[in-house]
Amino acid sequence: MSTHAVEVVYRGIFQKNLARNITRSIVLASRLEGKIGTAFGRYGDSPERNGIPAKYFAVVADDAVELEETLASYEPTEVDVTIVVDDTLCKGVESWAWYGLQPINELTKPNGTVLVTSFQDPDQIKEDIHVKDQPYNLAIVKGSKSFSGLWVYKDDHTDVRILGALAKVCPDMVSLESYNQAIQQQWKKEEKVTSAERAHERVKSTPVEPGEGNPEEPFKFDMPGWTQMEEALVIRAIDQGGGFRGGEGGFEPVRSSVFKKYSTRTMRPVINFETCTKCTLCWLQCPDSCFDVTPDGLYDSDMDSCCGCGVCEDVCPVPDCITMVNEEAFTDNASQYEHWQKDRDNYMEWLGEKITVGKGEERSHGFHHVGQYAEEVSKLLEVGNDD
Amino acid sequence: MTTETQANPLETEELISGSEAIARACSLADVDVITAYPIRPYDTVMQFVSRLIADGELKCEYIVAESEHSQFEIVKHASAVGARVFTGSSGVGWFYAFEALAVTCGLRLPMVAMVGNRALDDPGAFGTEHNDALAVRDLGWMLNWAATAQDCIDTALMAWRVAEDPRVYLPVAISTDGAFLTHSQQIVKVPDKSLVDKFLPPYDRGKFQLHPDNPITIAPQVNEDWLMEIRRQTDAAMRRARDVITETHEDFKRIFGRGGDPFLEEYMTDDADVVLVGMGTLTLPLKVTVRRLREKGQKVGFIRVKWFRPFPAPELIESLSRFKAVGVIDRDYSLGSPFHGGVLLNEVKAAMYSAENRVPIIGFVAGLGGREVTVPATREMFEITQKAAESGTIDNQIHWIGVRE
Repeated sequence: MSTHAVEVVYRGIFQKNLARNITRSIVLASRLEGKIGTAFGRYGDSPERNGIPAKYFAVVADDAVELEETLASYEPTEVDVTIVVDDTLCKGVESWAWYGLQPINELTKPNGTVLVTSFQDPDQIKEDIHVKDQPYNLAIVKGSKSFSGLWVYKDDHTDVRILGALAKVCPDMVSLESYNQAIQQQWKKEEKVTSAERAHERVKSTPVEPGEGNPEEPFKFDMPGWTQMEEALVIRAIDQGGGFRGGEGGFEPVRSSVFKKYSTRTMRPVINFETCTKCTLCWLQCPDSCFDVTPDGLYDSDMDSCCGCGVCEDVCPVPDCITMVNEEAFTDNASQYEHWQKDRDNYMEWLGEKITVGKGEERSHGFHHVGQYAEEVSKLLEVGNDD
Repeated sequence: MTTETQANPLETEELISGSEAIARACSLADVDVITAYPIRPYDTVMQFVSRLIADGELKCEYIVAESEHSQFEIVKHASAVGARVFTGSSGVGWFYAFEALAVTCGLRLPMVAMVGNRALDDPGAFGTEHNDALAVRDLGWMLNWAATAQDCIDTALMAWRVAEDPRVYLPVAISTDGAFLTHSQQIVKVPDKSLVDKFLPPYDRGKFQLHPDNPITIAPQVNEDWLMEIRRQTDAAMRRARDVITETHEDFKRIFGRGGDPFLEEYMTDDADVVLVGMGTLTLPLKVTVRRLREKGQKVGFIRVKWFRPFPAPELIESLSRFKAVGVIDRDYSLGSPFHGGVLLNEVKAAMYSAENRVPIIGFVAGLGGREVTVPATREMFEITQKAAESGTIDNQIHWIGVRE
């Protein structure tokens, strides 16, 4: 008797088809070995929203009765492999509903694997992932965030490279041969089989010990009972707010303490406070009221609330005053303004560094120029062939 | 999940959701007219129907209407001229079509609809709750609840045959629990069209067909001089539907080799003292709980009600009379009803009033808005029902299970 479960953590819209294809392929490949399985998306996630962290599951069992046993609980309570198709999700995910922040490795079994597509080193990723009191493995398939989404399917082979790597990190579930056969049946492309085999050879796994990783306590939210909740579906407005960081000047709105938004973010704005003209546009246009007004009339974006849409960068009239930078470049949500206040030179150096490292052409919400899409696919295919 | 393993060479296995299974049934049944209007979770079937049409596997008129009301009106009219039809909706979308839902039964027009069960707004929730489909329970719709994706394709094929039988001519709604069936892919046996053709005859509207060669008027204003007789005719059709459903299931079993009893699915009830009764995908955690409790020597079982309309009163009386206590699980609510219980509970109790042995029956409200009905939750239901069996009395008629206090 053996049952295996896998989750794919992905970003809504951009990666929905990717996650679906991975989980479907697992079940189809397992069927070739006489096993039986099911594939489904977590329904409450609302993955039809850009960037929202969401999940797909695949469960594979030896027979139908065994599968039923597992499925008695709709969502698996633990998984053999957590597949992460966007490395910024390693910072933890907040579902669309109010569940607090879930560490990316929350469902990963003891000695299971977190399998990430990334160009980062294991040490960099480990800094993002919350500590766990059980050991697990961190495996990396070299590659960027594949946006094989709801509207288009960018066939960069991320799907099959994940399958090839899975056969390596979880060989008891499905063999590489069966994945290859399932890939051939579905896509009828020999080069996709080759990509799977290459990923199988090259995936690198590092053990992660208990206590290793991000020590922060993820924020939690306890849902009230029916006797404590306000009736008539009323949600009270929260207080307007007051002075900047509790002080006299400026303005800082009160924000929800139970629903943040930042795990939706793949990029964040960094601000050059020295070229800011205090025009107010970022503050006015931010759809999430992220900007706090500082006592000296500047604007500091609150990183617990920013979902990384990039509107502030678009509306800012000053060249390079607000720059969207890949989320990978950061490990905390600290205030940029406070950093700048404390040590201006150090901040400007930090800012320059972040922009050099993380400013990307790629946007989570579209493409910058015609043809960028095709360029990226060929670029990503090359990555798969790199030795 | 089906446990039958006998491979039929005329069937292929596919990994599909309940919605996709119903879309495949549309193709196999050679449906003529499909209307649609998007609402989650029903809209999943639209995606798959569109794909089948685009791939050339399904040839039909596919009309995306401007609202659910028109959506149901269009298929109603199509059915009147003799077209085989399919449509569906969810939650408040189904309610928006309510007027059309009522007239379809009055006109005795066969139709197959998929209801992707969804909680009624407000508060907004996509998850399953059975109040949407149950709202038409008095109007002449035949109502079925599916438990697996396999069930979806099989029931849909049977539904056209039952609905279009000249003894019946009434619409069928197949309820599929949102998420659990509409969004979960399972291994499903999809039969070859040659098998389906043996089972499902073409729709023949006969002398009732609206056609220039058959000049008729339908849907007149009648008032009190006629209305009661017309209602009585529809009532007679619903009564006849019982036999047609039985025949259809038997024939389905003969041709496809699966399907079980027409009205009830009984699981480990043979020597049971206590059973729970429910509908839809509740079956899955319940079967697991029954197996686990049986391992501990407890005599428990589960009964799934497959057809809610026509309601299987004779079958339930025969079956439930032999137990020491019965618990009924409602994935719905009926506020202010007798003892504030759910719809299924009240129906089961009404049926059991004419039984010689008045078994204690307890009601459970669970899984509303798509909340998972867990194995521990079903174990709690069994414990409460077992207590009633031991004492022979019921302290509390209704229990809300899995609600935060």
